Amino acid sequence: MTLRTREYTSSELLAVVASRELRARRTVFAGIGLPTLAASLAHLTVAPELEIVYESGVCGAHPSHLPETIADAVLITGAEAVLPMPVLFGYVLQGGHIDVGFLGAAQIDRFGNLNSSVIGDWHAPKVRLPGPGGAMEVMANSREVFVVMRRHDRRSFVDELDFCTSPGPDRALAEGVRPLGAGVTRVVTELGILARSGPGEQLRLVAVHPGVTPGRVRESTGWDLAVADDLVTVEPPTAAELRLLREDVDPGRVYLR
Amino acid sequence: MPRSVPAPPDKTMTMREAIAAHVHDGDTVSLEGFTHLIPTAAGHEIIRQGRRGLTIVRMTADIVVDQLLAAGCVSKLVSSFVGNSSAGSLGELRRRVESAEPEPLEFEEYSHYGMICRYLAGAQRLPFYPLRSYAGSDLPSVNTAIRTVTSPYAGERVYVVPPVNPDVTIVHAQRADRAGNTQVWGLTGVQAEAVFAARRAVVVVEEIVADEVVRSDPNRTVIPAHVVDAVVECPRGAHPSFAQGYYDRDNAFYRSWSAISRDPDRLQAWLAEWVHSTADHAAYVAKLGTEFWAGLEVGEALSLPVNYGRRL
Repeated sequence: MTLRTREYTSSELLAVVASRELRARRTVFAGIGLPTLAASLAHLTVAPELEIVYESGVCGAHPSHLPETIADAVLITGAEAVLPMPVLFGYVLQGGHIDVGFLGAAQIDRFGNLNSSVIGDWHAPKVRLPGPGGAMEVMANSREVFVVMRRHDRRSFVDELDFCTSPGPDRALAEGVRPLGAGVTRVVTELGILARSGPGEQLRLVAVHPGVTPGRVRESTGWDLAVADDLVTVEPPTAAELRLLREDVDPGRVYLR
Repeated sequence: MPRSVPAPPDKTMTMREAIAAHVHDGDTVSLEGFTHLIPTAAGHEIIRQGRRGLTIVRMTADIVVDQLLAAGCVSKLVSSFVGNSSAGSLGELRRRVESAEPEPLEFEEYSHYGMICRYLAGAQRLPFYPLRSYAGSDLPSVNTAIRTVTSPYAGERVYVVPPVNPDVTIVHAQRADRAGNTQVWGLTGVQAEAVFAARRAVVVVEEIVADEVVRSDPNRTVIPAHVVDAVVECPRGAHPSFAQGYYDRDNAFYRSWSAISRDPDRLQAWLAEWVHSTADHAAYVAKLGTEFWAGLEVGEALSLPVNYGRRL
C-alpha cells in the first residue's frame, strides 16, 4: 500500500477526532485552541445542541471574530450570559451542569490523573508550570473529561506523575470522597485515542490514526498500555469536516497550525 | 422625600495618594480581575513607591505580578495560576520559584475555586468554606491550609479552605461615582468578593461619572460605595488587559512578555523605562502614543436600556 500525501495537518486531525467524541453532548467547558475548535466543529456536525461554557464565565458566546483567549472581548459582546466567578465555579461546575470538560496537562498517568504544576519537586521544581487554575474543579465536577495532547511520548504519558494536580476519581475515592464525574474518559493524541469509562479502569488504546501501529503507541507510553481487542483505525477527516473547520470555524487559521 | 439630602462622600484621590494611604510595607494586597480589568496601573504605582514585603493575593498571577516580583515588592504569593495567560511564561516568577533567584518566594497555592471560596469566606467572615476539590490531589500535601472537615449532616468528608481578609483589595472597573458605587460589565470575575473580604478597598476606574449615571442603572453596580475607601480615575489603567467597551487587550504585549522577562537585565530595563521613568500612568499612556492606542480602539455595541419604572 502506498502512503497517501497527508491532506490535513495534525491540528486538523486532532480537532476533527475530538469533535466526533462530542456526539450528542450538550455542555462543554473548554479553553481556547484545539478544544474550542473541536467543540465548534461538533456544534456544526454531531452535536447541534452543544453549548461552550468558558472559564471566564461566558455562556452562549456569539463572537464576531475568532477569540484569542477565553476572555476575549468578542466573546462577551453578543453573548447570552456572562457569569461571575462564584456562579461559574460554584453553581455551573460544582452544581454538575457540565457534560464534558476539556483539559490539557504536562503529564498524564494510566488513570487519567493530571499534572499541570511542576516538573520535579514542588518545593524546588526543575520547571514551574502554571498550576491548577480551574482544572481541578473541571476534573472533579464534569460528567467526563476529554484530554487533547498534541505530543504523545514517555515524557507526557508517565508511569508516575511528578505531582498530581488534578486527580481522577480513583485517587479521590481512595480518600473516601466520591467526585461527581467519571474523570478522564478520552485522550486524543497525535497517535490515536485512549479511553476508559470511569473509576477502577485504566486507559486503553482504542483507536490509532492511519499508519500508526499499536506497538508504536505502546512504545511512546510510559506504562504498559493495554490495547483494546476491538482496536480500530481512526477514520481520516472527511472533506466535509475539513471544509467546515477551514471555512467556518477557523478561516484565518489562527489555531489550525 | 426630603428636599435636601447630604451630599454623598467624595472618596476620589490620585493614584499616588491612594497607594500611599492604603498600601503599606508588609501588607496583604489582593489584586483581582480575571483577565479583564487587571489593575496594572495600581501595580505600577506600588512599584514606584517602593513597597516591600507584600503578600500578593491574586487568582491568575500574570504580568503585573511578575513586574511586582521583579521590582522587589513581594515576599509571598497566594495564587491558583502562575502563567502569562496562554501566551507563555513569567520569567521572574520562575526564577524565584525554581532557583530562589534573586531571593526565595513563599508560595501558597490553591485551585481557582479554592481561591474563590477563600474570598467568599473572607467576605462573609466565616471560619472556612467547603468545596468538592482537592480529594486525591497532591496540593494539600504542600499547602497545609487546605484541610478536611466531616459534615455534621451526612457525615461525609469535605475539603475546606480558610478565609482571606486582605489588608487592601485593589480592583479596576469601567466607572464609579465619587462615593465609590462601582459599575462593571463584561467579565465581572471575583472583584466584588475580593473587595468585601478586604479591610480597605481601592477602586480604580476608567471614568468617574455623575451620580445620575450610576443611579440610572443600579443593577450594574457590582460594588457598593460603603465598602470602598478610595476612588481613583485612571483611564487605560488596565493595559495590557482590556476594559470592555473602552479598549481591547494588547495581545502583542502579552506575547512579548516571555522574552522580556526571561532575561533579568532586560526585565529591569523594562521596569526602569516604563515604570520608574514615568511619573504616573498618564505619562505611561502618553509614552505609548496615540497611534498605539488607536490599535486597541473598540467600536460601539450598546445595550438596550431597561425600564426601571417610576411611581406615578
